[in-house]
Amino acid sequence: MENKALPYLLLLPTAVFLCLFFLYPFSLVAWQAFVGDNGFTLEHFRSMTDHWKFSISFWNTMLLAVAVVPIQLILSIVMASMVNAMRKGRDIVLYIWTIPLGISDLAAGIIWLAIFEQSGFLNSMLQSIGVADKPQNFLTYDNLWTIFLAIALAEIWRATAIMFVILVAGMGLIPKEYNEAAEVFGASRWQRLWRITLPLLRPSLQTALILRVILAFEVFAVVAALGGTSFPVLMGETYNYQFALQDGHVAAALALVILAVSIAFTLVIIRVLRVPKEAQI
Amino acid sequence: MTLILCVWVLLPIYLLIVNSLSTPEEVIAFPKRFFPSFNVASLEFFAGFSGIVKALQSSIIVATITMVLSILIGAPAGYALSRFEFRGKTTFRVLILMTRAFPLPLLALPLAIMFIRTGLDDTMFGLALVHTMLALPFSVLITFSLFSGIPIELEEAAWTLGCNRVQAFTKVVFPLILPGITASAVFAFVISWNEVFAASVLTIENRTLTAFLLQSLDVSPMHLKFAGGFVLVMPALIFIFAVRKYLFSMWGIANR
Repeated sequence: MENKALPYLLLLPTAVFLCLFFLYPFSLVAWQAFVGDNGFTLEHFRSMTDHWKFSISFWNTMLLAVAVVPIQLILSIVMASMVNAMRKGRDIVLYIWTIPLGISDLAAGIIWLAIFEQSGFLNSMLQSIGVADKPQNFLTYDNLWTIFLAIALAEIWRATAIMFVILVAGMGLIPKEYNEAAEVFGASRWQRLWRITLPLLRPSLQTALILRVILAFEVFAVVAALGGTSFPVLMGETYNYQFALQDGHVAAALALVILAVSIAFTLVIIRVLRVPKEAQI
Repeated sequence: MTLILCVWVLLPIYLLIVNSLSTPEEVIAFPKRFFPSFNVASLEFFAGFSGIVKALQSSIIVATITMVLSILIGAPAGYALSRFEFRGKTTFRVLILMTRAFPLPLLALPLAIMFIRTGLDDTMFGLALVHTMLALPFSVLITFSLFSGIPIELEEAAWTLGCNRVQAFTKVVFPLILPGITASAVFAFVISWNEVFAASVLTIENRTLTAFLLQSLDVSPMHLKFAGGFVLVMPALIFIFAVRKYLFSMWGIANR
């Protein structure tokens, strides 16, 4: 008797917590986005899409994700296979490459601000090598592309580590014999990566991509630190509606947009990288 | 190549440190020197800036509550998942994994309303609850992998020697997983320490350091921002160093 009930008792706190702070709030968001003074309404979505900033912030967010995530995917695969092949100094390299994992997006934004601001390190460097004679202002609204570049670099710098960690862990689960056998049969390093490691790594690639893409749609503080209001993104607009404009309904509508995009991309990634049951190790 | 990537990670942090250890005048001077003057004027200004000390305190308190809650709530679930076969186990695990496929900081919006109703609005405890939701999936999965690493035979041996379930746990299992639990707790602390969006939405009086810095981005002078970034980053460096061993094992199990 005791044994039957015990596991459920142990799960109870987590289950209650998930219901209270995960399931219930998300239903509350939906309710808030669709309900007005007179019952069901699409008015909040209308005022959201009517605002000139909506489509800009939507496409900015997408563009940033599309520019940043593929680079991070390649970079993290390269870094993970480098670490995997490493014998000396593996521990110190692992530590250094995972440092950004502990750095908040706000801090990352501030760090790259130190580089890109007007009297920052990039300008100082450009001047000392004689390329520019006076400091450029990279982060003003008429320099949208340098703002974009700064944000993209900060994102790549900060958030590649999470994918790297997942892929290193995933590569550790692949039996060494497979690669050794392929090597015996004369497969090159490139062939081994392409034909053995990557297919077997699919579950980790899936996790890494899902997590990273969702974080990409949540991009907020990096943008706030570097672009301010010149580069609106969805999460920043959500914050504005909630905090500055005190309109919780439109904020909830925006939240649903972010949620919908996140779920859509998650499903696509699961579908593309699905692992057939018989192929699991 | 390895070296280039190490420089790529470390150089920006170094530049932030240079800025933080220079005088406010040096921070806005041009061209800038690439070495710090080891002057603490910027950090002193930061420490003396009104509201900073309180924000730091809030950050630490919220992160500590998050740490304690996520372990107290998550560890039993991790233990149950590793030790028992029961109906609904797979469903439960999938649900835990699924939470990561949601933009969790958005939870702050509905909870803001919920908290006003329950009197938790603008409290550190309320914010800690949201941060616990962010950290909980990780703490369940990490503790699950930790408990799975300890053979059940050890516990069974303790039972045959006359321990009951609780004694076997506290005397045999607990000492073995203590370092892992600590790592998982530290990880929860970092999640809370770094969180910006929910903190900014949910707190006004009791702003955490991240919320404070975010809300004063437009008005604060450069050296204040850099000193703030410095204070945010330094604990993170130490924390990641402390838990580096566990980072990989926890993701290994999460992928299966």
